[in-house]
Parts: sequence; C-alpha cells; structure tokens
Amino acid sequence: MESSAPTPPITIPPVPPPEGPPLPGAHQRKGAVEGSATWSLSDRIGLAICWTLGLLFCAIAVAIVLYLLVQGIKFLRPEMLWTPAAAGFNETETGGFSDALFGTLIVATMGIALALPAGIAIAVWLVEYGRPAALARVTESTIEAIAGIPSIVLALFGTVIFSSTALGFLSRSSEGVVFGRSFFAAGVMLSLVALPLIVASVREGLNSIPRHVREASYAVGKTKAATTRRILLPTCRPQVATGAMLGLGRIIGDTAIIVVLLGATQNFAPVEGVGFPLDYLRGAGTTLTNFVYEASPTGNLNQPQKAYAAAFVLLLMVLALNAAVDVVHRRARKAGTWSH
Amino acid sequence: MPPPIRRLRLDDPEPATEAIPVEQGTFTAARRSIKAPQFSIRRMEIDDVSVHYGDKEAVRRVSLPVRQGEVLSLIGPSGCGKTTLLRSLNRLTELTTSARLSGRILLDDVDISQIEPTLLRRRVTMVFQQPNPFPMSVFDNIAYVLREQGSRRARRKTLEPAVLSALDRAGLLEEVKDNLDHPALKLSGGQQQRLCIARALAAEPEVLLLDEPCSALDPKSTQVIEDLIVRLRDDVAVVIVTHNLQQAYRIADHVAFMYLGDLVEYNSATALFGSPREQRTREYVSGAFG
Repeated sequence: MESSAPTPPITIPPVPPPEGPPLPGAHQRKGAVEGSATWSLSDRIGLAICWTLGLLFCAIAVAIVLYLLVQGIKFLRPEMLWTPAAAGFNETETGGFSDALFGTLIVATMGIALALPAGIAIAVWLVEYGRPAALARVTESTIEAIAGIPSIVLALFGTVIFSSTALGFLSRSSEGVVFGRSFFAAGVMLSLVALPLIVASVREGLNSIPRHVREASYAVGKTKAATTRRILLPTCRPQVATGAMLGLGRIIGDTAIIVVLLGATQNFAPVEGVGFPLDYLRGAGTTLTNFVYEASPTGNLNQPQKAYAAAFVLLLMVLALNAAVDVVHRRARKAGTWSH
Repeated sequence: MPPPIRRLRLDDPEPATEAIPVEQGTFTAARRSIKAPQFSIRRMEIDDVSVHYGDKEAVRRVSLPVRQGEVLSLIGPSGCGKTTLLRSLNRLTELTTSARLSGRILLDDVDISQIEPTLLRRRVTMVFQQPNPFPMSVFDNIAYVLREQGSRRARRKTLEPAVLSALDRAGLLEEVKDNLDHPALKLSGGQQQRLCIARALAAEPEVLLLDEPCSALDPKSTQVIEDLIVRLRDDVAVVIVTHNLQQAYRIADHVAFMYLGDLVEYNSATALFGSPREQRTREYVSGAFG
C-alpha cells in the first residue's frame, strides 16, 4: 500500500467571525487582564461585595460633601468669618464664629509646629540610626501606645501637667489662678495626637528609599547628616506632607482636648495685663469643632444653621489640605523614582 | 485508511543548527578592542585582607594590587566575596555593623583606616549595580558632590565648569547639555548609570570602583559604558566587579578570580581566560559552574 494515490490537499475552512454579543469572559476590553466569568461563584460574590462596598463608601462621602455644601452655602454668611460669637436669643443676634475659626488656626499651627519637626526627627532617628536597638524598640512601642490612647485621656493627663507649678505659667490667669487651660496647653497636647501619624508616615517614606541610594551618597564622601538633609528628607517630601495632613486632620478634628485643655469658651478669653500675643495664647478659647458641637441641637447654643456653616468651613479646610498634599505628591512623581 | 506517515529522506533540506561554541575559543572570539596599557602606577594595595560578617568569613586573606592605567576586574560566582572586597576599598563595609576587616589596604602607601572615611570616599568613589541618581536635576546630582557636606553654597555659575567636565568625562554631556534641569530619574537606564559614573568622577577620585555597573542595562548601553571604562583607565585606577565573563575579558587588563572568599587566580585577562593555571578557574571560565 505504497502511496499510489496522492493524498488530497488539506483545506481548512476559514473560521467565520463570531456573531452576536461577545462571549462572556472573552478578552474584549483593551487592557483587561482577566474576566471574572470563569471564576467560581464564591469568588464572584466576593468581587460583587468589594464593588458594592467601594461604591457605597463613595456614595456616603459624596453625600456628606454635597449635603454640607448645600447647607453651608445656604447658611454661611461671610460676616460670620470675622464676627465673634455673642449672646442673643435668635440666630441673627448671636454673631459668627470668628473666635472659633482663629482658635482652630492657632491650635493647628501650634500643634503641627511642635509635632512636625519632632516627628521627622524621631522617624530619622528610628530609621537611620536606631541604636541601641533596645532603645529604638522602646521608642517605637511608646509612639504606638500614644497613638492608641484616646485623646480625652491625654487631655486629663494634660490638666495634671499644665496645672503643675513648673508649667502653670502657661495658663495662669491675671488673678494668678492656674486652671491648666490655655492655647499653650491644648497645642502641646494636640501635637502629641498628631505625632504618631507623622512618625509613621515619614518612617514609611524613609524605608522606601533603597539602601544603595544612601550608599551612593556615602560613596562620594557625604556624611550621614548631609545625606539625610539633602537626599533622604527631600525624597520623603510626599510622606512628610501626608503625615502633616493626617496630623492636622486629627488636630482640627479633636474635641476632647479642646473641652478639657482649652476651656471651650465661646470667645477668646485673653489674660489681662500680658502683652500680645501671649495674652491670647495663655488664655482659654474654642475651635470650630467645638463650636459645631455647641451650636448643634445637642449643644448649649442651639443654632443649627451656624453649626452647618461652621462645619462647611471645616470641610473646606480639610479639602484644601488634601489638595495641597496632592500637589506635593504629583511633583514628586514628576521627579521619578528608582527601580528596586 | 489513515494518511501515510511521511518519513525524512536524505535529500530533504537539513534543518539549521546553532553553532556549538568551541570551549577554547569562547573568549578569544570575543571582542577585545583595548590596547595594552600605556603605563601603570600602583595606587592601592590590598595586603592580606580578610573580611568577616559575624562568624562568616566573606573574604579570606586576599592580596592584590590596584593600578592606574589598568582595569582590574574581579570575577567569581555569587557570594564569593568580590563585592565585599570592593566595598572594603572605600570602607563602605563599615556601614554593616557585623563586618570586621583584618589586614591592610593602602592608598598611595597610606593605610586607609588612617584616612577619614568621607575623605577616603572622595578619593575612592563607587558606582553601584542599580543606577541610583538622586531625585533631583541632572545638574544638581553632580553639584551635590562638589558642594560642602550639607551645604547649598557654591552657586550654579561657579560649579558649572566642573559639572560640565564631569558629564563630559562620562560621555553624557552631548546628550544632556540642553536639559541639565531635567529630573535625573527620568533619563534612560544607561544614561542614569553614566550620570552615576559622572557623579563618581566629579569628586576627582584616584580610584573608581564599579559594582556590576552593567547588570541592569541592555547590551547597547553596556557597550557604551564599557568603552567609557576603558577610556577612563588612564585617569583613574578602575576596579570592576562583574558577573559577565565576556565583559571581564573585553575590558579588563588584569582579572582576579575569587571563589568562596579565596583569591584563586590573579593574572592578565588574556592569560587567565586563555590558559588558566588553576583547575577551578578553568572550570569557571568554561562555564562548568557559576
């Protein structure tokens, strides 16, 4: 049976293009790695839950912002920003919340001015030096402990410290009475609230710089100090900004420390007979968060319209902070990064 | 009836086979364009050096000369101590707390342990495996080296000639001269690595250490850097660690083969690759292990 008959040529019929809707799971979309159509049911349910929760979260955030936007625009009058609160029987007589607004700005500035340098310094020490190792471990867990302490507990502790003889001068009234309540006291304690967040963020930034980058700087004869100042910290700028923003968020959002250590008076209560600005800083005051609470139906003032207006201002501040951090991050991305 | 199986016949065209490399000819066939060194001045001397990491001995009693006018290549399998030896030449090993060094390393007849580390590291600079420019502009990468420790002093105008000359020596000037303010990390990998070489040269070193400088690069960039290294050997003593035996053959004047911390063989590149004296060297360069 030698092949006497030639084998017939093989013809492959052309495959007709698929008609109708594309098959599920087919790699249709550009950049699609994998469709979930082939997944097991439990995985698909899991994915659906992820989607739903993600979208739900967005919806909640959008609802908050939109609601406050609407209410804020409805109730916010520009003069509220520069009129201090006053006593009165209805919302037209009670003035604005300028004292609370400036109070927020003061504690935020004080808190971050203390926490940022300290936080950066601690993070640098932990990552770049961290010796003796036992001391570094203790520092680490101390910071974690502070991060876990509720701010009301910190506030209570603050009253003890700031009414002590050594630190009493920071909150002494004109009559010589020490209440342990002042912008100084609140600012210092609020910086403790912000500190762990800054340390964590800066540490993460420093740890993400490859070791060979540090060595490249040492290998051209630079000291550790010079490397930290000129290479490492500038590289960590985005993480420093993130830490500062998170810290500021905690500071301007805190109410417990404000009530206990700032007195939560409706107006500034400067100490008489002391020069500016020490008179204000040694005196009691309030912040926007506390004003929102007091003005809300739960609080003593019961002027919900102003509560919305103040909450709107708070929201704008937080959004502005977020935008600023975003700019820092975008600039850093433009500078590029190393392949690890 | 199943279709008959068609068998191979003698008159069928022969399938192409890849040329099997001849063992002896592997290296002699490679490009070795460099000329014999014009001169050689002994700059560094590694004298009976051992390095321990804790209990582990990474380098065992190695002695080697480092000469200007020549390229010295350290080869050997991973973990043989070649990078450790290179890093001990500018005391970078001291950054590892567990590292201990015994023996002497001399730079121009002075023991380097007597030289202040930051001064030493400006005289013996280093380029790393991963291109690692600093996250700043091309200009500032070089200017950083030229300035005092943490200082921002010395204005751009003052530094410009030195920066440009360093870029020129690294063969990068033509490519970057129009955008010196460009972020350095946006350059290509090969350009980044040449910037790192320029940075190392800006300190006006006497010895340039290169730790597998081409392993993260494509062949074209590798060739550019190899040519550059050969050009630099008259100005600075060059020590290069490489995994790539062809590369060692192409650019080195002398080659030191290390294995498990020992210096097995030190010879001229042609001799070491052409007729290795030691059995282990012969096996390594012929690809028996590695």
